[in-house]
Amino acid sequence: MRLKIRDVEFSYASARILKNISMELAPSEMAAVCGPNGVGKSTLIKCINRILKPHGSIELEGRELRNMSMMQIARRVGYVPQNLTSVFSMTVFEMTLLGRRPHLGWRSSQTDKEKVIEILELMEIEDLALRDFNELSGGQRQKVIICRALAQEPEILLLDEPTSSLDLRHQLEVMEIIRGLVVEKSLSVIMAVHDLNLASRYADKIIMMKDGRIHSAGDSVSVLTPPNILSVYGVVAAVREELGKPFIVPLKSEKQHTTRGKEPC
Amino acid sequence: MGMETRKKIHEGYRKFAWRKIAFILFSMLLIFMVTGVSVSIGTYPVSVLKIFSVLSAKILGNELVAGPEATVIWTLRLPRIAMGILAGIGLGISGTVMQAILKNPLASPTTIGISAAAGLGAALAILAGVGMTGGKFLLIGNAFVFAMIPAVVIFALARFKKSTPEMMVLAGIGMLYIFGSITSLLQYFAADNALKSMVVWLMGDLGKAGWSDITAAFVVLALGVPLLVWKSWDLNVMGVGDETAKSLGINVERNRVYIMMISSLITATIICFTGMIGFIGLVSPHICRIIIGGDNRFLVPASGLFGAAFLLFADGVARTIMAPVIIPVGIITSCVGGPLFLYLIVRKKKEFW
Repeated sequence: MRLKIRDVEFSYASARILKNISMELAPSEMAAVCGPNGVGKSTLIKCINRILKPHGSIELEGRELRNMSMMQIARRVGYVPQNLTSVFSMTVFEMTLLGRRPHLGWRSSQTDKEKVIEILELMEIEDLALRDFNELSGGQRQKVIICRALAQEPEILLLDEPTSSLDLRHQLEVMEIIRGLVVEKSLSVIMAVHDLNLASRYADKIIMMKDGRIHSAGDSVSVLTPPNILSVYGVVAAVREELGKPFIVPLKSEKQHTTRGKEPC
Repeated sequence: MGMETRKKIHEGYRKFAWRKIAFILFSMLLIFMVTGVSVSIGTYPVSVLKIFSVLSAKILGNELVAGPEATVIWTLRLPRIAMGILAGIGLGISGTVMQAILKNPLASPTTIGISAAAGLGAALAILAGVGMTGGKFLLIGNAFVFAMIPAVVIFALARFKKSTPEMMVLAGIGMLYIFGSITSLLQYFAADNALKSMVVWLMGDLGKAGWSDITAAFVVLALGVPLLVWKSWDLNVMGVGDETAKSLGINVERNRVYIMMISSLITATIICFTGMIGFIGLVSPHICRIIIGGDNRFLVPASGLFGAAFLLFADGVARTIMAPVIIPVGIITSCVGGPLFLYLIVRKKKEFW
């Protein structure tokens, strides 16, 4: 196993966000973490590269993460956060080059620059290289940040809502590229994602969260079922089959048909 | 097609870098030019040639060059210039890194309370009856110790309260007002001559420093500036957000405190010798950002050198505009720099902050 998470707990001040999280991830495996807003998806992602410091054990290739420095972790775990801003104006090229920071000191070498260009080409945004990051569209920025994480040359890639600001076509393109890296470079991916159909289509493993715990985990057929979706989201859904994967059609909110009403998630 | 784009990117990046390096070289040149002009002008005119002969004689230990000209150059004009260069570099760089780590365009040694604290320290020393000659070191020492108070408070906030950059800025502004009001109180009750000394000290002047002061300031800068330049790429990373910076292996909290301490030390050292020189620390970083962009690896040295050139220029103006009266340079930096800054803000083509 590349990543082993055992009994991870995390609290902000007094509120317990993550309870008793355990999961595993193999090389060339892609896991999607799903669940309603505020369930702890982003928190879990941030615990894995120790932006947050959780209780419990997280092992990377058999090595306990808490015994590694931030720099050592950064060489092996790439991260794509949800908010995409930069205080200072910098070009797309410079922004992507930041991903090389864990591998070098003050100066960037010619090889680093070549690597950055290769990654920009892979994501097909090399034409934007000299544009100002802050002047790009949301979707373009999202791609740049993914490029920056790939420039870290990670074994594990953490994605927090990577497709939230992408249009339909770019969602597919980005997911295909990441899927390709999972296969070619035996990258392991954990992504927090709202779109269940995207998760179903691209992830090997779905982790459904509810109230800070793992509600159900496994392949898409076993996890993305109408009862699970009703229990986790409070949504009545039909599940069809499309491209050999479950395809979820949300029908109506549970609240709409129960007279008593239920606390919204 | 691939190769062509690649070449374009490399060339574009190099061109960007070259523009930045060119600006840094230009600032250096500006320092040399302003120095030459500044030493030769004044109530006692001296030729530029003479300046270099005095300078080389001093450096080579040749005692042959003497006379009034040598005295004027060596004891009056060159110390001003040397202090001006050090102060400009120190304030410009401190302002840049403070703005970067606090992610606030208004951060500077003044807004973070360092200048106000130094001012209170100096005012207390003056009130304690320090004469113009005897207690010079008490005044400098007191100003320095007080100037480090905001840094210590901000350090404690970060250490024990896990403060955010916003909290640090607000704490700095709080201290600015506290120290300012106590200084005002002291001024209100001070006798006429003490009041005059306090007010003059607060205005900032390069003429106070002697060679021993300059040596002390030089040592602090020589130790501090390379550390800040070395950390400048991390400043870029931290500008993208604390979480991202952590994910790229940067120890954000430690870096923030470490950079804050070094830049406070540099500022305190300068201010205690010169008095308050506002504006350079706030505006030199912005002017350079408008011209060469936000990459801190270039911005940190550029802002220091430009700050030095600008301060020297302002000092030249301060010495000549109402000659033989020398106006405190702090007044000139603001009234020359203000319009320049406004002009650049209005003319700028794209977001620089």
